[in-house]
Amino acid sequence: MIWQLDFIILTLVIISGIAAISIRDLLSAAALFGAYSFMMCLLWAIMGAVDVAFTEASVGAGISTVLFVAAVFRTTRRSKD
Amino acid sequence: MDDILFILISKYNYWGYIILMMVGLYAMIIKKNLVKKIIGMSIMQTAIIFFYVSIGVKKNATIPIITRGHNNAADIVRAADYINPLPHVLMLTAIVVAVATLGVALALAIKVYRHYDTLEEDEIHDFLKNQAK
Amino acid sequence: MGLITVVLCGAMLLFGTADFPGWGDPQSPASSHVSPYYIEKSIPQTSVPNIVTAVLADYRGYDTMFETTVIFTAGIACFFLLRIQRKEPEIRYYRHIPTGITLRVEKGAKLPEDSKVFERIDTLYTPHDLIIKTTARLVIPFLLIFALYVITHGHYGPGGGFQGGVILGAAIILFAISYDLRSASRKLSERAAALLSAAGVFIYAGTGAFCLLLASNFLDYGALASILGVDPVTARSHGILIVEIGVGATVMAVMVWIYYNLSSRGKHDEGL
Repeated sequence: MIWQLDFIILTLVIISGIAAISIRDLLSAAALFGAYSFMMCLLWAIMGAVDVAFTEASVGAGISTVLFVAAVFRTTRRSKD
Repeated sequence: MDDILFILISKYNYWGYIILMMVGLYAMIIKKNLVKKIIGMSIMQTAIIFFYVSIGVKKNATIPIITRGHNNAADIVRAADYINPLPHVLMLTAIVVAVATLGVALALAIKVYRHYDTLEEDEIHDFLKNQAK
Repeated sequence: MGLITVVLCGAMLLFGTADFPGWGDPQSPASSHVSPYYIEKSIPQTSVPNIVTAVLADYRGYDTMFETTVIFTAGIACFFLLRIQRKEPEIRYYRHIPTGITLRVEKGAKLPEDSKVFERIDTLYTPHDLIIKTTARLVIPFLLIFALYVITHGHYGPGGGFQGGVILGAAIILFAISYDLRSASRKLSERAAALLSAAGVFIYAGTGAFCLLLASNFLDYGALASILGVDPVTARSHGILIVEIGVGATVMAVMVWIYYNLSSRGKHDEGL
């Protein structure tokens, strides 16, 4: 477990999490949520949880992002805040 | 001073978890758009899973898959050589429940949009107040 | 005002972490009671090298059964929230192929399905895109084979029922995105997805009940040794495999079902 790599990916996770909730376009928020999910998967793979990282990669960065994009496509894309 | 520096360096996973959970909580409480709230809920769920996974890490230990030697019987397996597998098991269930909750939450958001034609919370609030008069 | 609440909550949590064990401590309370038993006894009792799969499907199999039920319930909830039965007289769009992009709108009646001159298009018409369709056609068989590999090799590496089921569902959703929703509905209809998800839960609970019939505890796979003809240790390994297949089937069917309901607002006639 290399702590430098851990620290860098943790910082990237926090930055993409804050960006996903403060951006105004909902489609970009869904894409940033996919990036956040994939960074979390890398973090868990570094910590040694390979099963959990596999599940999060397939579920979070695959199905969850597609469901978000489908829902945004069927409702509106703009948001006020 | 040395003590505080030691705490800061040796426990930074807890700091990361608390910052992420507060980001998710902020999005769920403050933001007015429904899809932003759902994103905040999902961020909070993955932050808690991160906390549990980080508890089970051991120093100089390897992943919890036992590889066999050349004879078919396994060698003596010491528990201090493998990472604790119990939080991984619980968190697998948690991830799948999270995606199921996400599906139902997005279905509810689409139904709200179909009924009120907007996804902002304050507009829905005004609509209901005017309807009640 | 909300910002103050969030900062206060964060500060209290930070104050609480002063008592936690340091990171990576082998003697921490989380790693000293039950988990050494699981690590040391996993191969002598179940002969499955992947400890996480052994604990998930054998030692804690009751939890996994109810988790499968939770996924099935989420699929049913999504279905009940969004599905609308189609009322017949409505506007359909057709396109006349020989004269190029001639759009025609008709109301009520519909043209025959297999006419060579007219094809049915969606309301938000995206043109025929050759690159995406060809790439998806090339990738999807490999995705399906990889998903089956992940389900059956859950004993020896990372993987298992959930991961393989999700990848299977993702392959079918890729087909529905690159072509259109109606051709995906023809291959895996909604009724087939619903029945498959119920069948997955039934396989899981049925294996447990079958062990009850053989005069043992519920979900005790060692009792299957008399049916399969092997010693009890290998019978537990085979029991884990059967249960993972049930979980994979349910997860795949529910993912596809939720996508069908979300992307067409319940009417199942046009997708992304």
